[in-house]
Amino acid sequence: MKKIEDILGHYRAGSHESLIPILQDIQAEEGYLSENAIVQIGRFLEMSTTKIYGLATFYDRFRFIPCGKVHLRICDGTTCFINGSEAVINAIRENLGIEPGQTTRDGKFSYELTSCMGGCNEGPVINVGDNYHNHVKPEDIPELITKLKVLADLK
Amino acid sequence: MQFTIEVNNKSIKAEKGETILSALNRNGIIIPTLCRMQEFTPTGACRMCVVEVEGRDRLVTACSALVEEWMKIQTHSPRVIRARKTIVELLLSNHPDDCLYCDRNLDCELQKLSDQMQVRERRIHGSKIKPRRDQSSPSIVRELSKCILCGRCIRVCEEVVTATSIDFINRGRATHVGPAMDRDFNFSSCIHCGQCVLVCPTGALHEKHYLSEVQEQLSKNDVTRVIQYSPLVPYALAEELGVKYHRDFDRLLNAALRKAGFEKVFLSGAGTDILITELTDEVLSVKRAKTNKPLIISACPAWVKYCEQFFPDILPMLSTLKTPQQITGAIIKSVVPAGGDKSRVYTVSVTPCTAMKFEARRDSMTRKGISDIDTVLTVRELARLIILYGIDITNIDPEPADEPMSLRSSSALLAETAGGMTEAVLRSILNRAGGKENDKQAIKKLRAGSPFREATLAIGGIDYSVAIVDGLKGVEKLMQMLGSGASYDLIEVMACPGGCVNGGGMVPAGSREAVRQRSRFVFQSDEQEAVRGPEHSASVAELNDKVFKQCEELSDKKLFHTHFAKRDVLL
Repeated sequence: MKKIEDILGHYRAGSHESLIPILQDIQAEEGYLSENAIVQIGRFLEMSTTKIYGLATFYDRFRFIPCGKVHLRICDGTTCFINGSEAVINAIRENLGIEPGQTTRDGKFSYELTSCMGGCNEGPVINVGDNYHNHVKPEDIPELITKLKVLADLK
Repeated sequence: MQFTIEVNNKSIKAEKGETILSALNRNGIIIPTLCRMQEFTPTGACRMCVVEVEGRDRLVTACSALVEEWMKIQTHSPRVIRARKTIVELLLSNHPDDCLYCDRNLDCELQKLSDQMQVRERRIHGSKIKPRRDQSSPSIVRELSKCILCGRCIRVCEEVVTATSIDFINRGRATHVGPAMDRDFNFSSCIHCGQCVLVCPTGALHEKHYLSEVQEQLSKNDVTRVIQYSPLVPYALAEELGVKYHRDFDRLLNAALRKAGFEKVFLSGAGTDILITELTDEVLSVKRAKTNKPLIISACPAWVKYCEQFFPDILPMLSTLKTPQQITGAIIKSVVPAGGDKSRVYTVSVTPCTAMKFEARRDSMTRKGISDIDTVLTVRELARLIILYGIDITNIDPEPADEPMSLRSSSALLAETAGGMTEAVLRSILNRAGGKENDKQAIKKLRAGSPFREATLAIGGIDYSVAIVDGLKGVEKLMQMLGSGASYDLIEVMACPGGCVNGGGMVPAGSREAVRQRSRFVFQSDEQEAVRGPEHSASVAELNDKVFKQCEELSDKKLFHTHFAKRDVLL
């Protein structure tokens, strides 16, 4: 609550053009845009929450549910696709039991598909925090997830 | 300034500053449109109205492009027709194609366009939209798979209703229309006015149907089936059924409803008369007390919900009187049950309104868990009921409605227009003060104009100042006026522009002129009908002098009042 108020404090009340910067700041701080945050922004900017939500969902980068403790970003670019990213994504989907953009019930894992991360000669690429996993094959996924689970438990 | 443009190799006159579409329409050329709504700024989003303009590589949207003097236009060249047909085919590519089972079958703009463009096969196969049916609202159903994303509902909700309850969500193929946080309607700021239903070109938004419920009850022998209808319903029904309205039509409707299986037919207009009488009492008593407290009419259920959501601070100013429908319902459920068993009486109300479906379910509209009104139907649903039961309304004998609510004054009909309720109350005050016919003419000036109207009228030496909000767009001005200390004796707010004549349960009017036409009918009837004020209505006299005195539940008239509270929804 306090954090959102602090962020809003940097902007002028009622200025609709500040909407996207505010959304970005709040997402950077909280990791996602909660209903509560959207209601507060609506009051601050005198805008309908319907409009804010409609605009925010237009952009892929905004999330509306919290990320997992471990968040995977899987390259969905052309080269990684040719190198077999689809099978990797399917393996992750099967292993975690969630769709891209969702978070597991225990709150440990979430993943999303991203555009090219610049590792085309090393694809398929998965990014977790500061680490990059290259040449990932579908059969590597169970081991990777098990390792990351340890990391998630520590957090 | 007029100039000549060339259309299909012929010269036509065009006005500077008008759109290509308007110039073409004036000259007898019809161009199909889809996202266009009259009296709104065009968006050019659907591209149905494209025409070919010489010297321009791309096709031009006629609805949004302005005419220019040099223009040479082809409106139905092979290229244009192919483009329009492809647009319809693309719209159909992910459509569920369940027209036969659709609410809007034979009354669908997409279906019509598809026919006009002679689409006879499915040329483009798109993946179908995942079916999602939002039944959470008591008034309006959302069927996302039928939505073609024209955006009309969004614009009406934002620009006319100002509730802004729906918007486009997501992007690209995942785009759909919905309330904030992609919730269902019941959590949203939707006020159930149904203006979005009136503009939806397909079956994506429609009123919630209760016809099967009515049919089930009509087949039961152990319940008393009662129906009431609003004063505007007969006229609107004639419009929906495509038959000519005449003065006996109200009585034909009584007969038709009895043929459908209703044992008692009452007029909601009698309830309106009671409401006008009570409101007049309230205005006069506030005036006598000299408290300067404005009284806001609460007869529009969409406005009441709007107020509960957006302006909870002014709720104490709202008159606690229920809507005419609920007053009539309260009388029915008190008077009709012979053995006192209210659950054995089934009441239906027909209204030009979708918000009344919501209204009937508010918590103070029930007694010991039994609703005063069990089911609310729109005019469109009533027409379906009459057709279903094979009743030829043009070929039956007229019958009167049932006592004690068999008559209404023309004031009750007048209350179906924006400002009508106020006019009726002022007229009642005038009548009680022994005023003359001349003074009544002065009250008429409230009838048309901007979304916010105000006037001060002297009746019997006392000044009454009133304000009328005709469509919720006028609320902003009202709040400004109230904020700046303006004082009114009576304030009326109608959610739908024009009033109930433009209600969400009516036949879509399509233009402001069509709404005005309905209002003119109301004003004309008001001139012609014999009983103009509730004080002259025999039903009101009967109710006040006999019914309310004999019935214990009604004697203190507490049943005619309700309460309002701040509503917590996503704004």
